[in-house]
Amino acid sequence: MHYKDNIDYPPMLTRPVVFVPLLSAIFAGLWWFQSGDGAFGRLVRGLAPVAEGNPLNLVTAACVTALVGFNIFVVMRLPLRQQVWLVWGELAALILLFFYSFDLSFAFIQRKIGFLITQGLLTTLYISAASIAIATVLALMGAIAKLSSNGIAQGIAHFYTSLFRGLPLLMQIYMIYLGLPQLGYVVDAVPTGIAALSLCYGAYMTEIFRAGIESIPRGQWEAARALGMRPVAVMTRIILPQSMRVIIPPTGNQFISMLKDSSLVSVVGVWELMYLARTQGQTEFRHIEMMVTASLIYWLMSIVLELLQKRIETHFNKAATR
Amino acid sequence: MTSAHAAAVKAALPAIEISGLNKWYGNLQVLHDVNLSVAQGERMVICGPSGSGKSTLIRTVNALEGFQDGEIKVAGIRLTRDQAVVEEIRRRVGMVFQQFNLFPHLTVLENCALPLRLVRGLSPAEARARAMHYLSKVRIPEQATKYPAQLSGGQQQRVAIARAVAMQPEVMLFDEPTSALDPEMVKEVLDVMVALADEGMTMAVVTHEMGFARQVADRVIFMDAGRIIEQGPPSTFFSAPKSDRTRAFLQQVLH
Ligand SMILES: Nc1ncnc2c1ncn2[C@@H]1O[C@H](COP(=O)(O)OP(=O)(O)OP(=O)(O)O)[C@@H](O)[C@H]1O
Ligand SMILES: [Mg+2]
Repeated sequence: MHYKDNIDYPPMLTRPVVFVPLLSAIFAGLWWFQSGDGAFGRLVRGLAPVAEGNPLNLVTAACVTALVGFNIFVVMRLPLRQQVWLVWGELAALILLFFYSFDLSFAFIQRKIGFLITQGLLTTLYISAASIAIATVLALMGAIAKLSSNGIAQGIAHFYTSLFRGLPLLMQIYMIYLGLPQLGYVVDAVPTGIAALSLCYGAYMTEIFRAGIESIPRGQWEAARALGMRPVAVMTRIILPQSMRVIIPPTGNQFISMLKDSSLVSVVGVWELMYLARTQGQTEFRHIEMMVTASLIYWLMSIVLELLQKRIETHFNKAATR
Repeated sequence: MTSAHAAAVKAALPAIEISGLNKWYGNLQVLHDVNLSVAQGERMVICGPSGSGKSTLIRTVNALEGFQDGEIKVAGIRLTRDQAVVEEIRRRVGMVFQQFNLFPHLTVLENCALPLRLVRGLSPAEARARAMHYLSKVRIPEQATKYPAQLSGGQQQRVAIARAVAMQPEVMLFDEPTSALDPEMVKEVLDVMVALADEGMTMAVVTHEMGFARQVADRVIFMDAGRIIEQGPPSTFFSAPKSDRTRAFLQQVLH
């Protein structure tokens, strides 16, 4: 729906042909899966005494369906932006409720979260930020090499993307951490993590950058060259700024994915977020507490990256959307 | 053409000199032994059927296309594949394309000013001032802060002309500058080109606008199948074409 049409379609969810089957499906699904046995059922029994078994299932399914229907009814009356935020918030609340239902010990989380952040989060951030920066440079070099007319550069770039996209990231980490010492070069754990993540994500991003550069029509190159611009200026002033529109969305994906893949470097003993989440919970058998906490921290960081991506996209879309 | 103008044309070193030019795409020969000299201040129009090699010919001049055999000189400089030589020649030769090729991520003003800064080394303020000057000459200074996509085709092509002319080249190449335009916008672009010709710019124009050729050209070249078939001043070229192929072509475009 990028280009808004000038037709007032009746909203899908207000059409009986849509909402009747939808609510029926929800009701049937809840009933089928005997929702009365679970949390929803407990909730309903807390409000009114209903017999266990079939009656409870029926009542639970009916209640939840009614709640969903009412929610749709309310949301549909709001302006678009508020709809989006409200729905987002409701879903987020449901997920948090889901975590809450694990019966977590908040005292334990409170005791550990400081260390999780100062040691784990900072390490994760440090490794990810360094890897993002290096991967971007590698990707740019890889893409330019692939598009160049230099056989050596092309050969290296093709081998590079093939190897580092092809090998499991875990294997790459071991190769650097355990393999290189065989040649007499010892690499510390954190540099190992940064190197492996940069190389691996640089390989994926090489393809993104290459596709982005190739998406620019030939005429742009020709016009810039005909004006006498040097190759570096053509690339940095004309081609790359236009490619950014194509490059940024998939690159945002890569960064978010890298953030979480940085947890793999815990295998060489780096005290990053995931490593601490696993080890801190061990002594008191509070795994879930630490996992949930770490997960939420990852999610928050991803949200920050999402927002950042959105801003950068807006910036590079400036000319196109005017 | 006044006689003083003609004398000036004769006297100076040719702006472009092409001799024995041959070019192949694989096995397909697209230029056959082309010999052509464009004098300084001369206005040359190149016409011919589709696929006859007109674009290829003018694009070899600023090395957007390579060639296998022959020689091209621009202002006496022999075109090689050497980067310094090619860049020197591109600084002397401006080009306008059928598809405008404005930079969509830059405003109209930046389109004209950026190359001035990068290639001519002007300061940002100087570059903007000169860009505005040339945008005024093509009569769209008020569009300076807009982006290309916000302009009509005719306006975009005029910006493209301003961008090229602002570099103050010695020669301007035009590759069918009005072919992608709606009919009502052709005139505004041709008017700008006529004004440019009146200022004495050396021009090589690939076009099917025979009215423009009659009004402006010193010489009309007819190409077919990679060869220059016929050339002459518009007066004789249009009224008494020598070759059958030229006659057949003119019948089609003039109808
Ligand atoms: N990149 C290319 N690879 C192979 N053949 C090409 C290429 N570019 C052009 N040609 C061929 O070269 C010949 C001359 O093309 P050119 O574009 O110079 O013709 P033109 O006279 O400009 O035609 P038009 O009026 O359609 O623009 C044509 O036969 C065309 O098919
Ligand atoms: Mg052509």
